[in-house]
Amino acid sequence: MIKRILMAVAVAAALAGPGTAVAVTDAEMRELREQVEQLKREYERRIDALERRLKQAEGTAGKAEAAASRAQATAVGAEAAASSAGARPAGENAFNPAVSLILNGVLANLSQDPARHQITGFAPTGGEVGPGNRGLSLAETELAFSANIDPNFRGTLIAALGPDDTVAVEEGYIQGIGLSHGLGIKAGRFLANAGYVNEIHPHAWDFVDAPLANKVFLGKQLADDGVQLKWVAPTETFVELGAEIGRGRAFPGTNRDKNGAGAANLFARLGGDIGASTAWRLGLSHLRTRAQNRSYDDLDSTGTQVNNSFSGASRLWVLDGVLKWAPNGNPGYNNFKLQGEYFRRREDGTLTYDTAAASLGTQSDIYSSSQSGWYAQGVYQFMPRWRAGYRYDRLNSGTAKLGLVDSGALTAADFPVYAAHQTTRNTLMLDFNPSEFSRLRLQLASDKSRLGATDKQVFLQYIMSLGAHGAHKF
Amino acid sequence: MDMGNAMKRLISSMWPAAMSLLLMALPALPATAALKVLACEPEWAALVRELAADNASVSSATTALQDAHHIEARPSLIARARNADLVVCTGSELEVGWLPPLLRQSGNARIQPGKPGYLEASQLVARLEIPKVLDRSLGDIHPAGNPHIHLDPRNIAKIAQVLSERLAYLDPANADTYRARTTAFLARWDAAIRRWETEAAPLKGLTMVVYHKNMSYLNAWLGLREVGSLEPKPGMPPTTAHLAELVARMQTAPAKAIVYAAYNNPQAAEFMSERTKIPAVMLPFTVGGSDRAKDLFGLFDDTLARLLAVPK
Repeated sequence: MIKRILMAVAVAAALAGPGTAVAVTDAEMRELREQVEQLKREYERRIDALERRLKQAEGTAGKAEAAASRAQATAVGAEAAASSAGARPAGENAFNPAVSLILNGVLANLSQDPARHQITGFAPTGGEVGPGNRGLSLAETELAFSANIDPNFRGTLIAALGPDDTVAVEEGYIQGIGLSHGLGIKAGRFLANAGYVNEIHPHAWDFVDAPLANKVFLGKQLADDGVQLKWVAPTETFVELGAEIGRGRAFPGTNRDKNGAGAANLFARLGGDIGASTAWRLGLSHLRTRAQNRSYDDLDSTGTQVNNSFSGASRLWVLDGVLKWAPNGNPGYNNFKLQGEYFRRREDGTLTYDTAAASLGTQSDIYSSSQSGWYAQGVYQFMPRWRAGYRYDRLNSGTAKLGLVDSGALTAADFPVYAAHQTTRNTLMLDFNPSEFSRLRLQLASDKSRLGATDKQVFLQYIMSLGAHGAHKF
Repeated sequence: MDMGNAMKRLISSMWPAAMSLLLMALPALPATAALKVLACEPEWAALVRELAADNASVSSATTALQDAHHIEARPSLIARARNADLVVCTGSELEVGWLPPLLRQSGNARIQPGKPGYLEASQLVARLEIPKVLDRSLGDIHPAGNPHIHLDPRNIAKIAQVLSERLAYLDPANADTYRARTTAFLARWDAAIRRWETEAAPLKGLTMVVYHKNMSYLNAWLGLREVGSLEPKPGMPPTTAHLAELVARMQTAPAKAIVYAAYNNPQAAEFMSERTKIPAVMLPFTVGGSDRAKDLFGLFDDTLARLLAVPK
């Protein structure tokens, strides 16, 4: 009897999977037997069906071969014979990950000195937010590897090879692939779901550079180290909710020596179709993080370069929308893409002036600001391979509340970077796509990022993709 | 303010919004127990309808007016993939740009490659034009061979048998219905194939210029001869230089027809037709591509009728 119970437990455990505590009664035992019988019957039925199919296949194989050889004889340029083997060469490299490489080069003509680039009204983010070098230069080269690891995980690494001979891990993450109930999980370094463009790699952007709002609020592009959990609702309309917990290593946060999480981002997305021709998506995200000694350089009233730093809380809301249209939903000939994002950020904390005591001495007081910005852009493919686009950027710096100025300790002239400014930029783009894998682009922009100086920019760019076929992300 | 507190506050502030979204979403849950099938192309949606009738609710990710290679993993498709019990696609990299990201974003374990809920039709038939050399200078070529397998109706028959077993496996309660419908469908289909082959006998050897290499299986089945394509390389839009060269070639060795699919832009074919006086023939290509191509039978009836109307 004990033996029987033990065996039943073992069978039940094997069926129910690990980690399940079971107590088996005779009734359950009978049920188990029935299930096993049922399984047996089901398999027998399937084997019968397979045998039937095999016979049929044998009958038709001869015909198929005849047709295949006929095709070979008649079709012009048909070099390969029919085969369903799909044989892949065996070897040590058979399981190599999918590799793709993005080559990217730019010719820039800028009327203002890029070294003096500034987006007035916003503290510099420390990211690569400038317009880049004048003249010919290699832009970021992207090297991506990805493959399924086992039935449960998939891994991706995207390395950015900088023109200055640096290598950065742009993204490096693992994700679950066998999850159900609409769940998705990712861990590692990945582009944050903060708005629309942040999650898209630069080579897939419709313009040479990022929107100004992404530059000032996310340091161009935010990729944090952390964990993402998201859930797609079981609805006809696309509803996705998600949360990211990260270390807050990059702007607007800072790397801190701290256990636990340093940043949290929540996002919700809604999307669907309007008829066969139009698809849309709306998103809302909220990023909370803290900065500790987030420093930047500025010129104070004495003309001395000083280092200032901010410590405190940063909260960012991003609202984004994308609408894509193509006649009958077939984008090959004509298509139109409209996208826009609105950013709003509040920061509260302490601002320390002249951390190195290089000018008027180190002083600290409260700081708070409420800043916003948005952009809207439209890109139209007016004939196969040719697209034209326009983008409008606007930033509203608001007026920062500086305790050091309000108390009379220092003056507003000591913080020129916080001068209230309404930044605008107009950008025009024309690109030619010889194939799905290559793009040549001309971009003209009038950039009023710096107070009192308009930067007239001309860019010529190539973007080419080699290797594994890229994803057609929405 | 400590980060832990910040997060707690953040979560508690977003929680009501998340819950109300969820509650809004719940009434939209489909109440029927029907098997939910997402087909990548209309031909597979039509085949599922033949075999499953009302036991499955079927939708197609693309229409006959869309190029299945070039669509995107748009939000509505993610929502449909998330709820699907079965995904039926052509495979062989036809959907390489959008199906893998769609499956990854679906959060649906049932339809991942290797699972019973994932069926790649082209794996079940002999493929033509498997390239010997893989190099993108040859255009957007498919390493596993030409993926446009459905225009040979004998392929549809093979796929129907596997699809039927798959439906029966996923929905055992209706297994007998699927098998019975499949047997009936195959009987009608085999009869139709014999009829089509008789009707199409005069088409044997018909020379044609295609738009894209998407007619190869039709050609192989009926013995049509493809003598050129409007695309200079597979997947690359026609260029004026290439069309001019093709026009010149047609002066010395004219084809009988210029054939393009419903989803191809007719401009290039009409341009060629005007200059060479060779008739341009639009083929429905898949179910829904023309008024007559309402189902799989209509697709082949209409395709043959349009080809037979070409002057000899």
